Amino acid sequence: MQLTGTTLALIQLGAVFFGLGVLGRVAARVGLSPIPLYLLGGLVFGTGGLIELHEVEPFIHLASEIGVVLLLLLLGLEYTAGELVTGMRKSWPAGLLDVVLNATPGVIVALMLGLGPTGAIAMAGVTYISSSGIVAKVLNDLGRLGNRETPVVLSILVFEDLAMAVYLPVLTAVLAGVSFVTGLTTVSIALTAVTVVLVVALRYGRYVSAIVASEDREIFLLKLVGSALLVAGLASAVQVSAAVGAFLLGIAISDSTAHDATKILEPLRDLFAAMFFVLFGLSTDPRSIPPVLGWAILLAVVTTATKIATGWWAAQRAGASRLGQARAGTALVARGEFSIVIAGLAVAAGAVPAEFAALATTYVLLMAVIGPIAARIVEPVMRLLDGKQPVRVDSGAE
Amino acid sequence: MNVDVTTLPGIGVRKEFSLSKVDRRMGVVDHRDGGTDLIFTRIGDPDTTVQIPLSEVEARTLASLLGAPQLVAQLREQHRELDGVSTRSLSMPPNSPYSGRRLGDTEMRTRTRASIVAVLRSGDVFASPGPDFVFADGDIVVVVGTNAGLDAAASILSDG
Repeated sequence: MQLTGTTLALIQLGAVFFGLGVLGRVAARVGLSPIPLYLLGGLVFGTGGLIELHEVEPFIHLASEIGVVLLLLLLGLEYTAGELVTGMRKSWPAGLLDVVLNATPGVIVALMLGLGPTGAIAMAGVTYISSSGIVAKVLNDLGRLGNRETPVVLSILVFEDLAMAVYLPVLTAVLAGVSFVTGLTTVSIALTAVTVVLVVALRYGRYVSAIVASEDREIFLLKLVGSALLVAGLASAVQVSAAVGAFLLGIAISDSTAHDATKILEPLRDLFAAMFFVLFGLSTDPRSIPPVLGWAILLAVVTTATKIATGWWAAQRAGASRLGQARAGTALVARGEFSIVIAGLAVAAGAVPAEFAALATTYVLLMAVIGPIAARIVEPVMRLLDGKQPVRVDSGAE
Repeated sequence: MNVDVTTLPGIGVRKEFSLSKVDRRMGVVDHRDGGTDLIFTRIGDPDTTVQIPLSEVEARTLASLLGAPQLVAQLREQHRELDGVSTRSLSMPPNSPYSGRRLGDTEMRTRTRASIVAVLRSGDVFASPGPDFVFADGDIVVVVGTNAGLDAAASILSDG
C-alpha cells in the first residue's frame, strides 16, 4: 500500500468528516448542539492530541475560512432589514445591559490572566454573544414559541447580531495592530457600510435579491457562494472583516430569495462550519487547558448569572411572569458558534497568547453544554423555589 | 376578529386571537422554513403555552376539517326547500381506491344519483370539480343527494 500526499489527505479528511458525523449524531441523541463535540474532536486530532493530521491542514484552513463566511451570511439571511431595525428600536435598553453585563466579565478575566488589551477586547466578544443557533433551537424544542417572553429573547439576539456588525470591524482593526487613525477609518468604513446596506436592504432589497436569484438550483448556488466570497474578500481587503461583509450581503438579500438561499446553503454551512470548529480545536493544545480551567469555570458561572439577569430584566419590562422572566434568562445562556468565530479571528491573527485559545475553547465547551441544560431545568427549579409541586402542563383539552 | 401578529425574528410569525367561550388564546406560528405550529395560551397565565408542531399535510388536513362544516352548512341552507335532498361531507379514507384517480372513474352520478359539488384540500375549495379532477389522500368531498345516495357514495369512496 502506498500512501502519497493526496491519498493520505483523502483518508484523513474522510476520517475527520465521518468522525464529525458520528459526533453530530451523538449530540442529537442527547439534545445538545454538536459544536462542543466538534471542538473536542479538533482537540483530539490536533497539536499535542492523540493523532496529528498534517496532510489536510491546508484544506481545513481554507474550508474554515469559507465556514465563517457562510455562518455570517446565513446569520444575515435569517433576519430581514425591517426586523433588525424594529428589533433594535424595541430592545436597545436590554441590548445595552446585555453588552455591559456580559462583556465585562470577559474583559476582567482576560486582564487578570495577562492576555493584554487585545485579548481583553476579543474575550469581551466571546463572553458577550449568545448562540442564536442554540437559543432558537432550544425555544422551539421546548415549545416556547407562543410564550410572552419569546419575542423579547429573540429581539435581544437581533440586537447582538447587529452589535456583531459593529464589533467585528473594531476587533479586526485591533488585531491587525493598526494605528489609531487607520483603526478609526476602518471602523467608520464599516459603520457606513452597515448603514448603507440597511437602507439599501429596506428600500431596494429586491434588486440585490434579483442579482443572485435564479430558478436553477445550480446557478443559484454558484451565484450565492460566489457573491458571498467576493464580498467577504473585498471587505477583508479594506480591513473590514470578511465576516461582516458576508453578514451585510445576507441582510441585503431579502424575501423569497433569502428563504431559498437559506435552504440551499444550510447543509453547505454545516459542512464548512464544522471544519472551522475542528480547526479551532486543532490549533488549541489540550495541554494548555488545565492551567486555565479554573478561570474558564469561574467565567462560565459568572456569565451564566449575568445572562440570566439580562433576560430576566428584559422579560420583566415586557410584562412576562416570574417564570417567563426566568425562562428568558436561561434561554440566553448558551454561547457557541459566534464566540468561536471571534476567538478564531483573534487566534488566526496571532495577536493573542496561547492561553487565550485554551480559555475560549474551554469556556465555549462549558457554555454550549450549560446553556441548553439551564433552559431545560429552569421550570422545575422555579417551581421548587416557589414551593409548588411540579404540575403537568395540560394539553388544552378539558 | 382581532388577530395579534407578532414577528419572531429568525423563526417566523406568530398569529393568535382570543377565544370567546374559553379563557384561551389560540393561534399558529408560521415557521419561515415552512412548518406550522398550533398554539394555545391560557389568558392571564402566559406560562401555559401548548405548542403542537404540524407537518404540512397535517396542517392542510386540519384546514380542510375546519373549512368543511361551514361549506356544508351553507349548502344545506340552500337546499332547505328541496325535500329529500341533503348535503354531506365525506373524507377520502387513507386507503381509498380512488385516491390518485379521476373523479370520472367513480361514476358517482350514474351509480348513486348523488353529485360531488365541491372538494376541500389544503384549506382550498375546489367548487364543482369536473370528471378530470384527481382525488388525493385527505380530500374532503362534499356530496349532494338523497340519504340513500349519500350512503352509497360514502361506500364507493371507501371501498370502490
